[in-house]
Amino acid sequence: MTVPTQRPTGLLSRPRATSGFWAWITTVDHKKIGILYGITAFGFFLIGGTEALLIRLQLARPDQALVNAEQYNELFTMHGITMIFLVVMPLSAAFFNYLLPLMIGARDVVFPRLNAFSYWAFLFAGLFIYSSWFLGGAPNGGWFGYAPNSVVDPTRGMTFYAIGLLIAGIASTVSAINLAVTILNMRAPGMTLFRMPVFVWMGLVVQLLLAFSLPVITIGLVELLFDRLFGTHFFDVAAGGSPVLWQHLFWLFGHPEVYILILPAMGIVSEILPVFARKPLFGYQFVVFSGIAIGFIGFGVWAHHMFAVGLGPVPNTAFAVSTMIIAIPTGVKIFNWLGTMWNGDIRFTTPMLFAVGFIAMFVIGGLSGVTHAVVPSDYQQTDTYYIVAHFHYVLFGGAIFGLFGGMYFWWPKVFGRMLNEGVGKVNFWLMLIGFNMTFGPMHILGLQGMPRRIQTYPASLGLAFWNMVATIGAFIIAVSVLVFLVNAIASFRRPREMEADPWDARTLEWATSSPPPEHNFDEIPVVHSLDDLWHRKYAETEGGRVVPVAAGGSGEEAPAAGPDAEHAQSHGDGHDGAHTGGHHGGHAIHMPSPSYFPIVAALGFPFIGYGLIFAIPPVIVLGFAITLAGFFGWALEPSAE
Amino acid sequence: MATVEHAAVVDEHAATSTGLPHLKLAMWLFLASDCLLFGALISTYVLYRGASVTGPFPADVFDIPYTSVSSFVLLASSLTMVLALAAIQRGDVGRCRIWLLATALLGMTFLGGQVYEFTSFVHEGLTLKTNMFGTSFYVLTGFHGTHVAIGVLMLLTLFSLSFGGRITQRNAMTVELVGLYWHFVDIVWIVIFTVVYLIPTGTPPGAS
Repeated sequence: MTVPTQRPTGLLSRPRATSGFWAWITTVDHKKIGILYGITAFGFFLIGGTEALLIRLQLARPDQALVNAEQYNELFTMHGITMIFLVVMPLSAAFFNYLLPLMIGARDVVFPRLNAFSYWAFLFAGLFIYSSWFLGGAPNGGWFGYAPNSVVDPTRGMTFYAIGLLIAGIASTVSAINLAVTILNMRAPGMTLFRMPVFVWMGLVVQLLLAFSLPVITIGLVELLFDRLFGTHFFDVAAGGSPVLWQHLFWLFGHPEVYILILPAMGIVSEILPVFARKPLFGYQFVVFSGIAIGFIGFGVWAHHMFAVGLGPVPNTAFAVSTMIIAIPTGVKIFNWLGTMWNGDIRFTTPMLFAVGFIAMFVIGGLSGVTHAVVPSDYQQTDTYYIVAHFHYVLFGGAIFGLFGGMYFWWPKVFGRMLNEGVGKVNFWLMLIGFNMTFGPMHILGLQGMPRRIQTYPASLGLAFWNMVATIGAFIIAVSVLVFLVNAIASFRRPREMEADPWDARTLEWATSSPPPEHNFDEIPVVHSLDDLWHRKYAETEGGRVVPVAAGGSGEEAPAAGPDAEHAQSHGDGHDGAHTGGHHGGHAIHMPSPSYFPIVAALGFPFIGYGLIFAIPPVIVLGFAITLAGFFGWALEPSAE
Repeated sequence: MATVEHAAVVDEHAATSTGLPHLKLAMWLFLASDCLLFGALISTYVLYRGASVTGPFPADVFDIPYTSVSSFVLLASSLTMVLALAAIQRGDVGRCRIWLLATALLGMTFLGGQVYEFTSFVHEGLTLKTNMFGTSFYVLTGFHGTHVAIGVLMLLTLFSLSFGGRITQRNAMTVELVGLYWHFVDIVWIVIFTVVYLIPTGTPPGAS
């Protein structure tokens, strides 16, 4: 905003490529960045899944030694880090990046280059953490990195963990501020807060949770890093430090993180259900407010991860109560989703199956979660497979099911091609069966006393049967993911000829073409109600019957009848000129130019990281210089060419 | 990045949905987030007050009058920052430039004071590794010092940009944004100075 567009005073001219490799490297388009997030996260999903399969193979039978204890520690740690920080968070970020601007009727996020910077920083964080496998051992102290184990471990693994998560944290914080400002400030005319789709609301809550929880873990990680590299004593009991401080800092982030992982999926499900039940979301305000309530209360429950630490009866009781309270807004959402389907004209498409699967699996995970809120019960369950079962039911049965539903739902919007419905249903049922075979038996194993994070178990404990069942289930999940991959690849063999609104949906992203033009909307839509697109297509008779609005009917918005007419209306003109901008009012639509600097600024971080780990000061200085050069080039480049 | 980030859309969204400029809202969110960084660090410091098993203890090394003066210097820089913003809002680039430089110099004076203080503490035997006090003190105040250094860098950037005609009345908000950050860093110092220097730790265990 400080550089007048007419004055190209930058150090470099801005990149011009609109397709090919450089276009992706320099892109600042939220849609391309969303796709990059999605592909990267899915790649990490395959890697994290492979780690899970190795874990399950090792545990398939008693007394096995496919991997040794050290490798096992690395596997379960990397599986956790990968799935949380490199899969569910960025996959949610993919949906947020792609959809939020479209859903609120904006042309891009508010700071497009910062958005690109967030993606590259996240990618480099992931590659940095994974490079540890080749540089002396992966992180091995659990995704929670409990001190003092994480401090005294002789390998470099936990240093990679600390620095990698710090870089990922920078990426997420920047992205959170960017997306929060986008939602608050970039809404189309008439898009008041309470006309925003629930997915946008959940997006706002998640960004605020990120902005206020990541700083806490950042400090924890900095303290861990200083303890490991510079000999400080933050978590050193002998010097007067307290390892419990790490647990507080970690879980004060870690529990909001749980909602950071699940709220996006809840938002997705809240978009899918009304479309395929052909009913408005039941109790929109309740869903929104319960999402906000979950966000707030989520900051007050962290010590339920620490019941067994010995904080004392008063803190344990207080956190048990707050934990039970947070089940209330969660339960409200469940009933709203059920109410949305009730008496609906339900179409069981693949996205709908995943959404319903989400509700069922999440209820199971939620109920087992309430059992840990009871302190004496938690004493029995903590550190057993019962906990593993619980959080996989909410994070896989919840988050991943929701995200897969979202992929099936928005695939035609993003790529202009449908995923095959028949194959999609095979994908869903295989995943549902495999998932329940894997994680259902873990409840039993946990109650039988099988501890988490142990490499193997003796045959005499009688745990072999359910472990074998779980391993078979894990491979069924793997097959279902392969089915998805086949479906995805096959979809690109079909011609790109998708209508704007194939599902007869309700929100603004379906008002523009599939895939949307670079500038999203030829004309910024004016919003008159919640589910605006639906109300442009359908009206309600006095008897409460939904009838299509006739094409070219009355009203300034010229409501269109059905998807085809909608498509024609949105793209009657300016369609061919999508990339040069529509011509409305005689001026082209100004879109931000691509930039080299986001990737440059992010590239400095891994240099700083490697310099710190291998104690090579010049590399650290080089890293800072690269990042600083990136930011200065960024600040000084012309705002457009 | 302190200076330039253009919004995606120029035409339709000249007015934002909340009425707040994009960058200002983003800066406020960032500062709110930054509060938690300092909150976690200050909590750590408070948790480890009096936890050191060996000296030197705070009372052995602190020179309150000295740090009071350097604190005064830092707080005075908030005044010059306000004057810089007022000047650019009037369109007086020359004055703005002077006050920006003054702010940066005051910030650097504070940083110099901190470097001197750290050096003298190390000479008295207090390092990062010495005890809990050294660990939590250096990381907290060093973290704040890093914030000041970044602020100085942004101020000097603004100062140099002003010679190219890039700082004008029209984009006075750039100065305002750096100002917001600068005042935040000053306010955090008030908290740190009070908690770390002014509130006595009491007699450490084992000290006579």
